[in-house]
Amino acid sequence: MDLNYAALLPEILLAVAGILLMLAIPVLPSRQQVRLGYAASLALAAALVTALLQWGDHGPAFFGMVSMDALGGAARILFLVSSAAVALISVSYLKRERLRHGEYFPLLLMATVGMSLMAVSADLIMTFLGLEILSISSYVLAGYRRGDPRSNESALKYFLLGAFSTAFMLYGIALLYGAAGSTKYAGIAEAATQGQAETATFLLGLGLLLVGFGFKAALAPLHVWTPDVYQGAPVPITAHLAVGSKAAVLITLLRLLHQVFPASADQWQTLLWIASAATMIIGNVAALTQTDVKRLLAYSSIAHAGYILLGVIANSPRGAQGVLFYLAAYSLMTLGAFAVVQVFARREERFTKLEDFRGIGYRHPLLSVSLTIFLLSLIGIPPTAGFYGKLFLFSAAVEADLVALVILAVLASAVGLYYYLQLIVLMFMKEAASPPEPVPVPLAARIVILLMAAGTLYLGVYPAQVLSIAGEAAGL
Amino acid sequence: MIEYFWLALVPPLAGFLFNGLAGKRLPARIVSGAGCAAIGASFLFLLAVFAEFIRLPASEQQIVHRLFTWIQAGTFTAECSFLLDPLSMIMLLVITGVGFLIHVYSTAYMKGESGLYRYFAYLNLFIFMMSLLVMAGNYLLLFVGWEGVGLCSYLLIGYYIERRSAGDAAKKAFVVNRVGDACFLLGVFLIFKTFGTLEFGSLFETVSRTHPQPEGGFTVLAAITLLLFLGATGKSAQIPLQVWLPDAMEGPTPVSALIHAATMVTAGVYLVVRSAALYSRAPDVLLLVAVVGVLTALLAALTALVQRDIKKVLAYSTISQLGYMFMALGVGAFSTGIFHLFTHAFFKALLFLGAGSVLLRLHHELDLFRMGGLKNSLRVTCWTMWVGTAALAGIVPLSGFFSKDEILWRALDSPLGHPVFWVAGLVVAGLTAFYMCRLMFLAFYGSPAHGHGESGSEAGTAVTAPLTLLAGAAAVAGLIGLPAYLGDHRLDRFLEPVFRYSYDHGVSASHASHSLELLAAGAALAISLLGGALAYRLYARDRSLPRRLADRFPAIHGTLQRQFRIDEAYSLFVVGGLKALSRRVLWRVVDVGVVDGAVNGTASLFRRWSGVAARMQSGNTRTYAAWIVTGAALVFLYLLSVIG
Amino acid sequence: MIGPNHYLFLSAIVFTIGAVGVLTRRNVIIIFMSIELMLNAVNLNLIAFSAHLQDLAGQVFVVFVITVAAAEAAVGLGIVIALFRNRETINMDEIDLMRG
Repeated sequence: MDLNYAALLPEILLAVAGILLMLAIPVLPSRQQVRLGYAASLALAAALVTALLQWGDHGPAFFGMVSMDALGGAARILFLVSSAAVALISVSYLKRERLRHGEYFPLLLMATVGMSLMAVSADLIMTFLGLEILSISSYVLAGYRRGDPRSNESALKYFLLGAFSTAFMLYGIALLYGAAGSTKYAGIAEAATQGQAETATFLLGLGLLLVGFGFKAALAPLHVWTPDVYQGAPVPITAHLAVGSKAAVLITLLRLLHQVFPASADQWQTLLWIASAATMIIGNVAALTQTDVKRLLAYSSIAHAGYILLGVIANSPRGAQGVLFYLAAYSLMTLGAFAVVQVFARREERFTKLEDFRGIGYRHPLLSVSLTIFLLSLIGIPPTAGFYGKLFLFSAAVEADLVALVILAVLASAVGLYYYLQLIVLMFMKEAASPPEPVPVPLAARIVILLMAAGTLYLGVYPAQVLSIAGEAAGL
Repeated sequence: MIEYFWLALVPPLAGFLFNGLAGKRLPARIVSGAGCAAIGASFLFLLAVFAEFIRLPASEQQIVHRLFTWIQAGTFTAECSFLLDPLSMIMLLVITGVGFLIHVYSTAYMKGESGLYRYFAYLNLFIFMMSLLVMAGNYLLLFVGWEGVGLCSYLLIGYYIERRSAGDAAKKAFVVNRVGDACFLLGVFLIFKTFGTLEFGSLFETVSRTHPQPEGGFTVLAAITLLLFLGATGKSAQIPLQVWLPDAMEGPTPVSALIHAATMVTAGVYLVVRSAALYSRAPDVLLLVAVVGVLTALLAALTALVQRDIKKVLAYSTISQLGYMFMALGVGAFSTGIFHLFTHAFFKALLFLGAGSVLLRLHHELDLFRMGGLKNSLRVTCWTMWVGTAALAGIVPLSGFFSKDEILWRALDSPLGHPVFWVAGLVVAGLTAFYMCRLMFLAFYGSPAHGHGESGSEAGTAVTAPLTLLAGAAAVAGLIGLPAYLGDHRLDRFLEPVFRYSYDHGVSASHASHSLELLAAGAALAISLLGGALAYRLYARDRSLPRRLADRFPAIHGTLQRQFRIDEAYSLFVVGGLKALSRRVLWRVVDVGVVDGAVNGTASLFRRWSGVAARMQSGNTRTYAAWIVTGAALVFLYLLSVIG
Repeated sequence: MIGPNHYLFLSAIVFTIGAVGVLTRRNVIIIFMSIELMLNAVNLNLIAFSAHLQDLAGQVFVVFVITVAAAEAAVGLGIVIALFRNRETINMDEIDLMRG
């Protein structure tokens, strides 16, 4: 047990870079502020390299507050990739919207630090801190379009409800601490096996913890904030919330439930079973009547969290592997979809209605074809990443005898087909409603879209490699 | 060379990439040339493979090629493996052969359409996916092809982008198919969970060891086969998922010929035959397959009687013939199903292309009652379509006679068969002859009702050559499966290695004398001729003839007059009744009421739910906080109940 | 003698008051203060457990919670000010541009 700074090198790197960028804001002339975005991307890339080099490291650090393992390592890489993509699509976004580059990137880096810390945490205090670093940065980022009332409203709703749910989670942590006498994962797990798992304090603590995580992961009926917040936030931040933030919460939830609370599996499996069913149904069904693409994708991301829960409920290494693979696939396709929406929305995000996508198929082949790939992947059609994501998740769930839930999931995703398809049909099969306005596609965004599309197809054609990494992280 | 059989996938894929990427800027001639050349190359290559394949001893006609290990995760392994056995060989030849002719035909049919490059790109991709489907060495790869052909079909149905109904039909086909696909996927999960492998070879071998005998009731195999069969009903348009195929006729006619007649819709039949080792051990599911097949065949044939749209007649006919195939599979006669699939591919593609030729001549007039008198201007189309009609109606010695007769005979003779199946099959044979002859008489004879004039001609060699070739194939294809009283059933022997792990119900062994079989064949032929004759009386009789005859032979006039009355009475009561039954009950209630109602009803139900779900989103933050408290309260209540 | 159960009870009451405040008040600032009340109820809990268990971790946690709450307050007030500039209201019931 010692400090072992090296273990947290990627996080430290990001935090230092974030602070340096903040210091650079007043120094840098306003015309060169654009460079902050590239500097942030570079910092993320550097952190990614260190995280990759640390792949395979094991053991505790910071006096047992964090613990390095394959799950944390894999999660860290996922978050860094996601944040780097968000940073790249943000640069042109900020320029186009004439927003200050200043605080944006330090906040994004800090949010990434928070996600990373959650992934490697071995103590509820650390988990809480990671979650709050992530959340507080995200509150600000959601309201970054300060002149836009929608953005203000999004930030305020996110902030108030987020703080509200944090209170529930903290209450749960306090109860768990009281029951187990420790905030360490290992300590709680040990206390649970020694009979604490049956006590009211422990179980209610777990329940409230689940409420807190359920809120952040947007599980029904705690998902209500998601559509409003996602719709009002700047598009790159919506992507960050839907991908990085959601993945961090789900992975932490996975680790907690599988590693710390296996003794209470009966209880949390029942709770999550209901939440998963409700989330899939509500997410897919509510998406049917949406007219705004951002809101549609918000509901879609709710539904996908419902599918991911299948792997958590399975409570097996294969389930965990399915979750991780699905998160990788989900990140690629969702980031890609939001990148296309970001570019297509144009100044002041005026074009985010479904109708605006009518007939763009042949005028913007790059955008429409890649968006089609992402949507097909979200539906789960081979050869795209989403197909294997669903395949592995569902087969792990079948193995865990969750047949009823799998049938529900298959039916729910058949409903989901309808609204994704609607968008594809609009793009390729209908005439344009109004004379087109040019859609400039900045280089960085183009790169992100192409990379995400390539990744989606790669995982759809050759999922083996990522699957084996996910398996290693899941302890298979 | 034979071990490289999987290279047949390359040309269609290359054609797709070429046209998809570069086609937009190229002249139509190069686009269509590349599209045809890709499929032609694939077909020639497969012919060469076939020449080598046929010389192998039967025990070696099972070539597996592992390209690479596709997914390796713990116990879960999936190979990217291809299988060449007699079944996939024959399917591949049909797909690329008929596919090539339809590509050639398309160059004329689609001339002048915008976005030709997309059309050929999709068509090539379809051939690639379909070949992948039948070449796949395991269920997972098969599923990739399965989904792929569905996607291509979707893209091609919706090809006429400016037509709203085309977009809707495309969506309907896709949604209905997804229901089937979901079942298919569940079945695949169940296979893996039960047997631990998805590779055909090792799976069927395991099954034949663990389940040596067929077992009635709801066994694991029954569940698996049932789920796979539900998938097959979606793709092959069987009850209860048959509703999409008639609507899919919105697509270009060559697409209907290729996808919705000759190849994709038969994928369900292929799936069942491929899984014969499983199906032959689940007799109850086989019975269900047979019943679904018979019902679909009857329902679709009845519906076809009263269609006015030439393509819809053919679409219902396809559904009906697919029902025949499933009936054959259901009585355990797997190779018979494939035999009919083989012959049907030729004559149904021929009929669709013929219909396309009519449409070209009449500027896409689909209504049969506004055609007529085309036999002079469309000579080649007319006689080739007669060959197709005769083959479909089962007139000796054309191909349909042999394959259909074998199905009927197996339905009667197989230990899994039943005389009821045979009788129903006979009725369908009569109906088939009737509606096809009706189509021919209405379209090609009588006086023109279309206003496009008497003159006019075929659309060129690119149209007539495929028609002629297909007519030749439709005429002679039956010779590969002669009935026992005539000689050797080559197809049966050729397919034998495919069924080595299947349970042998003794279907192919004859249980009755040749004379009985001949008698049955005679009955089927008689019924077909009867159906054709009836159609002749109702739709082909020259309306002016009675009057002229009456003027010249007043004595006979009365008789003719009465005859006319009888005829009228017949058309009023019998045909009218049938029409009413078909329109009111079969079409309105079953098709529109039940199936459409189910699809649309579900949609509107979901829309209403969607409103409810969205109402949770009032926009008010305090309401949201209340939801959070509600969630917390629910968790609390549950946990308190656990703690007790 | 006042035992840990008394503190737990008090904390539960304070937490409930805070939650009810969030549900019933319309003023954003008061809603936020109610949330702060809930956080402090948790702090009370943590300290009571810490004392009962003779374990310092609980008190360390409290310090972190207070820090986080302070950061949240700063961010929250910033968001409220930005909103007020555009909409000139801090009535939560009027802030519902996005719904459905």
